[in-house]
Amino acid sequence: MIAEMHAGDTLIQKHSQDPRPLAARLRGVSKSYGNVQALRQVDFSVRQGELIALLGPNGAGKTTAVKLFLGLSAPDTGTVSVFGGNPKNSATRMRTGAMLQVAKVPETMRVREHIDLFRSYYPNPLPMQETLSIAGVGDIQERLFGDLSGGQRQRVLFALALCGDPDLIFLDEPTVGMDVEARRVLWEQIRRLVARGKTVLLTTHYLEEADALADRVAVINKGQIIAEGTPAEIKTRTCGQKIRCITRVPVEEIREIPGVLTVTTDREALEIRAAAAELVLRELFLRDTTLRGLEVTNAGLEEAFLALTAENETK
Amino acid sequence: MATTAITTPSLANIYWKETKYELLRSLRLRVYTFSVIGFPVMFYILFGLFITRGQTLSNLSASTYLLATYGTFGIMGASLFGTAGALSAERGLGWLQVKRASPMPPIAYFTAKIVKGVIFSIVVVLCLMALGIAFGNVHIAFFTALKLILILAAGSLPFCAMGLAIGYFAGPNSAPSVINMIYLPLSFCSGLWVPFMFLPKFLQQLAHFLPSYHVSQLALGVIGAGRNESNWIHWTALWIFTALCIAVALYGERRDEGKLYG
Repeated sequence: MIAEMHAGDTLIQKHSQDPRPLAARLRGVSKSYGNVQALRQVDFSVRQGELIALLGPNGAGKTTAVKLFLGLSAPDTGTVSVFGGNPKNSATRMRTGAMLQVAKVPETMRVREHIDLFRSYYPNPLPMQETLSIAGVGDIQERLFGDLSGGQRQRVLFALALCGDPDLIFLDEPTVGMDVEARRVLWEQIRRLVARGKTVLLTTHYLEEADALADRVAVINKGQIIAEGTPAEIKTRTCGQKIRCITRVPVEEIREIPGVLTVTTDREALEIRAAAAELVLRELFLRDTTLRGLEVTNAGLEEAFLALTAENETK
Repeated sequence: MATTAITTPSLANIYWKETKYELLRSLRLRVYTFSVIGFPVMFYILFGLFITRGQTLSNLSASTYLLATYGTFGIMGASLFGTAGALSAERGLGWLQVKRASPMPPIAYFTAKIVKGVIFSIVVVLCLMALGIAFGNVHIAFFTALKLILILAAGSLPFCAMGLAIGYFAGPNSAPSVINMIYLPLSFCSGLWVPFMFLPKFLQQLAHFLPSYHVSQLALGVIGAGRNESNWIHWTALWIFTALCIAVALYGERRDEGKLYG
């Protein structure tokens, strides 16, 4: 446990040495709603040009963090800064865009009209045509919002977040309720934003989504950031890699190899969990040249996530 | 100069677009257009043009007298539904938050709702007036008509303020019934349906505390059917009422800011 926490510390340190300038930051932020503590002493920063995912289960505090960054609520303690300023300032808001979870959007306005209105709020908005094409809503621009499908509605909200050509974009659970195909399309559009040099903070409870999109993942649970790093780092930190092979080396002997976490038998094969597969494999090949059926897989983010949240709960 | 980047968006443009789309959005919302214009028109046709046909009130044809009172009734509905209905839905279902997260100046949002309330109010009054002149016995001079429209347009403002206050406290589903529960009794007790002189004594006294009474008396004053009270009293009462409603709305706005949203 101590070793793991140490590993986590270095990951966070590495990030704080990141030379890219800060886009937004929470410092020692706590926020509670009545008896519910939504965030506890959270330190969290977003660097310019990165796509960071805030990953956690429902009720973990993701949306609260986004609302603080947007100046929609104020922290009980700690400070929130966006581009070095107060998120409530209109000058700050002109550099940010947001896609929030919303139950109902005015339905008797056309897609184009919604975008036209939001564009007017910004000093240097994207041209209408460009907004329509990036968000993929060109073909539905004349439709009333109320006539759109769930996926199309999300795309329009995405268009509203980016139409002002902001530097920093918050996407709060952008693909919730979308089918697989629509989700992949939106992912592609989000990647295009980052390619244009935008900074994106994405919240999600889809682990696959964080893995597919993010440069960096912060795992949040019960109002605390419990791990931070690249998707690969997060995975290695908790579950390492999984080796599956058929070998004559006895199970007891494998358990003795440094770096091996668990060994289980699955029919004729063995499943070995290890911090780093390379070291274990070197030992195995030395002892058994007939080793076959080899597969090495990274633990899924899903497993890493479950391990992290479970670890956090037992603390 | 022309080459320097614009660092702030045009405020006039924001106010214009916010108002334009608010109007368009409401016009396309049949529930709103039908109830806001349809009800007063239906009532006026029934009571102002048919039932009281040939009768006189305060030395005026009943259709002229009732033009002022149903006009007041009409602007109340247009203002209350236009502000409270939209605000409670947008506030309760998350849309207002999306707008607040954007750089939209908050005042633009409220201005658009109020302008919409006033414009729909004027439309309602124009409809009633056209019906009265065409099918009833309404004879009013052009400038009297103009003055009546302006008074009723100004009279819609206190109800827009009241609508904003209601919008901050009523839920998205309950708002329409809350509005009805307030504005229908208010209309009756101020003598908008049954003329004031036929109301029981205690209601006549109660009416002095109702904003709808003061607006209707200002409107009746224009066509020479007022109760000889000083207009100054009516305006003061309306100012106080408006200020109270704005205070309640601002309190609601503050309360919302610290509240749990999902």
